[in-house]
This record gives sequence, structure tokens and C-alpha cells, in this order.
Amino acid sequence: MLSKRIIPCLDVKDGRTVKGVNFVDLRDAGDPVELAAQYAQQGADELVFLDITATHERRKTMIEMVKSVARQLNIPFTIGGGITEIADAEALLNAGADKISINSAAVRNPKLIEELAKAFGVQFVVVAVDTKHVDGKNWVHLNGGRLMTELQTETWIKQAEELGAGEILLTSMDHDGTKAGFDCDLLRKVNDSINIPIIASGGAGSMEHFTEVFQKANVDAALAASVFHYGEILIPDLKQELSRHQIPVRI
Amino acid sequence: MDNTTSNNTIGIVNYGAGNIFSLTAALDRQGISYGMVNTEADLEKYSHIIIPGVGHAGAAMQKLRQTGLVDAIKALTKPVLGICVGMQLLSDHSEEGNADLIGIVPIKTKLFDKTLGIKIPHMGWNNVNFTNNPLFTNVKPLAQFYFVHSYFIEYNPIFDIALVTYGNKFSAAIQKNNFFGVQFHPEKSGEAGEQLLKNFYNLTI
Repeated sequence: MLSKRIIPCLDVKDGRTVKGVNFVDLRDAGDPVELAAQYAQQGADELVFLDITATHERRKTMIEMVKSVARQLNIPFTIGGGITEIADAEALLNAGADKISINSAAVRNPKLIEELAKAFGVQFVVVAVDTKHVDGKNWVHLNGGRLMTELQTETWIKQAEELGAGEILLTSMDHDGTKAGFDCDLLRKVNDSINIPIIASGGAGSMEHFTEVFQKANVDAALAASVFHYGEILIPDLKQELSRHQIPVRI
Repeated sequence: MDNTTSNNTIGIVNYGAGNIFSLTAALDRQGISYGMVNTEADLEKYSHIIIPGVGHAGAAMQKLRQTGLVDAIKALTKPVLGICVGMQLLSDHSEEGNADLIGIVPIKTKLFDKTLGIKIPHMGWNNVNFTNNPLFTNVKPLAQFYFVHSYFIEYNPIFDIALVTYGNKFSAAIQKNNFFGVQFHPEKSGEAGEQLLKNFYNLTI
């Protein structure tokens, strides 16, 4: 049976992981390679690295980091942030990334999804969508939720699928950071409307939230950052808990 | 097992279908020595051959034909392992691009059936029900491997050495004589995948 995936997300700046990470046995909490290996050891099914570097050196630094991670890591990983053209994606692929995730670049230029899928296969292309509830509807937002677009979330995701997205990473900006649980209603609705895998993101605060999102929204994967980084939820415990609820996981 | 004392070396068929960084990294981590196969003469240099492959099977076959290696690969008697699209290339035909493939194993590669209510691609970790085969030595029963593909190899009991269920049952791994194929990515499948790569490296036929 296909397992539900648990995906820690790491923010990366200038080739270093940021945000407080307090694993006790890390020699260097800012070393993405060491952190990634630790998560793989714990039983993470996949990792997402989100590059928040804003400098011109971004691409070069990122490629070096991706190579180092790929050398060490024996599970798949996705790279997101700053990918705006085929050449960016190709460099990441050649450095060992399994998938790339595009967000605002896809909204600004939807053809990019099509071009990436054609060049590298749909399995390589994750479309990340940040959504916010405004006046009773779900709208796609950019720039970390600060910029509202005229795209309705459900419509945009359908379009992304048609253009060649292989997977959707849906983050609820209303739930993100609240630790009050995932937006199961929206996730369920979107999940029912598409035929590609969907990763739930935003709102994870407890193990129950993961159980809930798999049971209620039947998503393919759940992503979280701080609950894992701060050791509030340990992946082996989480997998046991999910397994107790008959949710198929890799243990 | 200490691989460093082995005289075996894996040749990776370098035909440009997908990136092989992850594969070579996985071999490096296991201390498995390898090199690249670009010409027919290169095939002689190695004890074992891996045919990698990501992307479109029809396009991959076209690239393989351009290398001029197809007949030489067909004639190999040493252990050969096709991974993902590399496995599909061993079959007769793929629905992807309606392409004729190498045809070492007389089976077909088919598109997943959407009407079974499954998502495509089949992406993630799935349990593999393998037979008693040296490729799976020391792998835990029903171990999970990482899959990502939209086309699958039809189940045929003669060649199947591992079954997986997603919508329907299909072959996660096949064997015909010295030719092996795995649909999943051992280089991305944690410890189970690393064990499988070691097993292949240590295969004697």
C-alpha cells in the first residue's frame, strides 16, 4: 500500500538552514546536510528545502548545497524558491534534486509549468500554492501571503494540473504558524478535484493534526517545519501514532 | 560484506536520459566502484551494468538508439539492472509514446488506469512483495521503496520477482536470466535501496 508521506521543510539562506533548530545532537544546526541526514535517519519520507536567499550569489550557493545534500541523502528531496526559468531547474536537477517547487513564477507565467513538465517530466514539477480565505473565497497569494492575486485557489490548482504539475503543495496562510491544525476542509475540496498528489501545509501543531488531515482530507503527504525543528514532534512517534489510526506509513 | 575488496565494477550506461547524480552518490556511499559506459568497448570494462532512466520512455529509447549500444546490451551475459525507465526499456513496448523498446523481456509497459481512482504519477513509498531472489537478499519482507512513475510493467509470473499494488498489481521488479529491472528508485529508497544496490553489485551469474 502506498504510504502517506511526512515531509519536514527546511528554510535555507545563503546555503545554511535558518529558523531555530534545536536538535540536541547536531554539531552544526545550520548545516543543511547534517540536518537532512538527521531527518532521514528519523524516518522522514522526503524533504523540502525552501531557499529564501535574496542575493545574486543565490544560484551558485544553492547548487553547491543541493550537491552536498544529494551526496549524503538516501531519500528524495525538493528544492523551492527563486526558480523562474528552465535553466534554474535544469541546474538543480543535475545537482541531484528530485523535484523543484515553483510558486509565484508559475502564477506570473503559467507556461513555465508546461515547459518544465515537458523538459523534465511531470514528476519533477511541484506547484506550491499559498492560499488565504478572503470574503468567503480562497485566493492565491504571493510573497508569503502579502500579495493577493485575482486567482481563486481551486481554479488555479486545476489549471496547474492541466498544465503539467506533478504534485501540489498547498499552504494555508490562515493556518500557517497557528499550530491549530491544517485547513482540512479546503484540502479535502482541492484533493477531490485533482488527480495528482497533494501535500498539506500550514497549521501543524500536534500529532492529532496529522491524523486529522490524513483522515479528513486524505492528502498524500503532510509538511511541517517548526514542530519538527523544535523537536515538539518526533517523526518516529508521529509514524507510530498514524499507524495506530490505520494510516499507512513507512516505519 | 566489504565491498572494497571486490573486483566488481559497475558500468552506468550514459545515454543522457535523466540525471545520474543521485545514483552515483548512492554507489559512492556504499563504496561501490563504477564508471561510465559510452561505447560498446566500455561494456567490456565492467562486471555489472546499470541502465538508469528518468522521464519519457519513448524519448529515452530514442537516446539509447543514438548511442548505438542497443544490440550490444541485448547480447550481454553479465548482470544488468535497469532502474525506472531503464527497467521499462528492457520490455517490448511502452504506451508512453507508443514506443518499441529493447525487447529483452517480452512484456509491456502500460499507463496507469485513471478510472481505478488512483492518482498519477504513483509517487511515494510503497510495499514491495518480493520473491526469494538474490536481488532482495537481507531486505525486510514487504520493505518500502520509493516510486515515481506514470507507466508500469504489466505483471507476468514468468518474469516477476516483486509485486506492488497501486490501483492494480504490477511488477516492481523483473528478471530474465542476467537482466534485472526495478521500477522504484533504489538510490532514493533509504536502507532498503542501498541493500538492493549492494546485492546487485555482489551478484554472480
